[in-house]
Amino acid sequence: MNMNLTLIGQAISFAIFVWFCLKYVWPPILKALEERETRIADGLAAAERGKHELELAEQRATDLMRDGKDKAQDFIVQAQKRADEIVEAAKQAAREEADRIKAAKMAEIEQERNQARDELRAQVARLAVAGAEQILLREIDENAHRDVLDKLAANL
Amino acid sequence: MSAGSPAEYISHHIQNLTFGKHSDGTWGFAHTAKEATEMGFMAINVDTMFWSLLTGVVFCWLFRKVAVSASVQKPSKWQSVVELAFEMVAGSVRDAFHGRNALIGPLALTIFVWIFLMNLMDLVPVDWVPYVSQQMGISHMKMVPTTDVNATFGMSLSVFALMIYYGIKVKGVGGFLGELAFHPFGKALLPVNLVLETVSLIAKPLSLSLRLFGNMFAGELVFVLIAALVPFYLQWLLSVPWAIFHILVITLQAYIFMMLTIVYLSQSHESHDSH
Repeated sequence: MNMNLTLIGQAISFAIFVWFCLKYVWPPILKALEERETRIADGLAAAERGKHELELAEQRATDLMRDGKDKAQDFIVQAQKRADEIVEAAKQAAREEADRIKAAKMAEIEQERNQARDELRAQVARLAVAGAEQILLREIDENAHRDVLDKLAANL
Repeated sequence: MSAGSPAEYISHHIQNLTFGKHSDGTWGFAHTAKEATEMGFMAINVDTMFWSLLTGVVFCWLFRKVAVSASVQKPSKWQSVVELAFEMVAGSVRDAFHGRNALIGPLALTIFVWIFLMNLMDLVPVDWVPYVSQQMGISHMKMVPTTDVNATFGMSLSVFALMIYYGIKVKGVGGFLGELAFHPFGKALLPVNLVLETVSLIAKPLSLSLRLFGNMFAGELVFVLIAALVPFYLQWLLSVPWAIFHILVITLQAYIFMMLTIVYLSQSHESHDSH
């Protein structure tokens, strides 16, 4: 256990190692650790933010879904109403069409009847004239008495 | 085991390889403890210097390697080990050191890792390196630098110098001396204060280095005793438990040295007035 120059040598090497550590070891490691710390903190914050955003998005999705459902319901109700209206309108149109056709047919029938009646009158007039001819036994000039015959026919 | 009695074996194993000037005026290695003592202060323990420099360089190299390649995203396994040590030291400095000084962290890290590595040499079986050295013609080889008082005092006196330097730098010469003179009993008992404070100030580096030296020397001596006195086939019964226990001791001693350094330097950064 002798004290000798080793003491000084140790002190010098100690100083050199401390200097080396101070200059080349401590700062880079400290920097790396601090950088990692910030990154972890950032990552955690980002995760927190993401979670929050997810919650918001879920909320929004639920809102949208409820909205959509409501709208669909509305659409269905409206469509129902519209369908009813269309059916009603069609019924109406059909009824009108039917009425119109009926009316047209009636008019046609009336016209035909009138025509038949006119023919009948003309024939009756001819028969009457023929009858009268036979009764009078002489020929009546049809041309000379046309106005009389027409008046007769019109009165029948 | 070298030939000779257990006493010779033990004294051989606790002697450093000292280079210096013999009493007859020639330079060379001391062959006996007496010769080493006669060389006085102007001699150097080559083995202590060699192993402490080697461990110190290993420390610098390993930590520098990590510092250069430190990856933020994907730390390697070795980087994790270094970071573990780093964060332990940085945490201790944060907790115990209340001033602002960029030197304290690196200082504490160097102390912790370097002392740990030097102490670690203690776990190399006691005869391996000395035996190989003897085959190479080197008479003595003490592998554990911290079992040499020169090594521990070299560090503790450096710390002591830093304590005084920062004490004066932070508080001024007057403040530093005032702390020695007017504490703890006030101005009336100045001589008593001076004696008490000086003793406690000088006790700091003494206790720092002697604690480390004592623990490591005793540990080494137990290994040597086991090797000297117990038959070789039974040595493991004692040396293995002691080595396992010693793992704790070497870490603890490195930690204590570091912690006390931080505390002492913290004290020289803060004045007693604030108490």
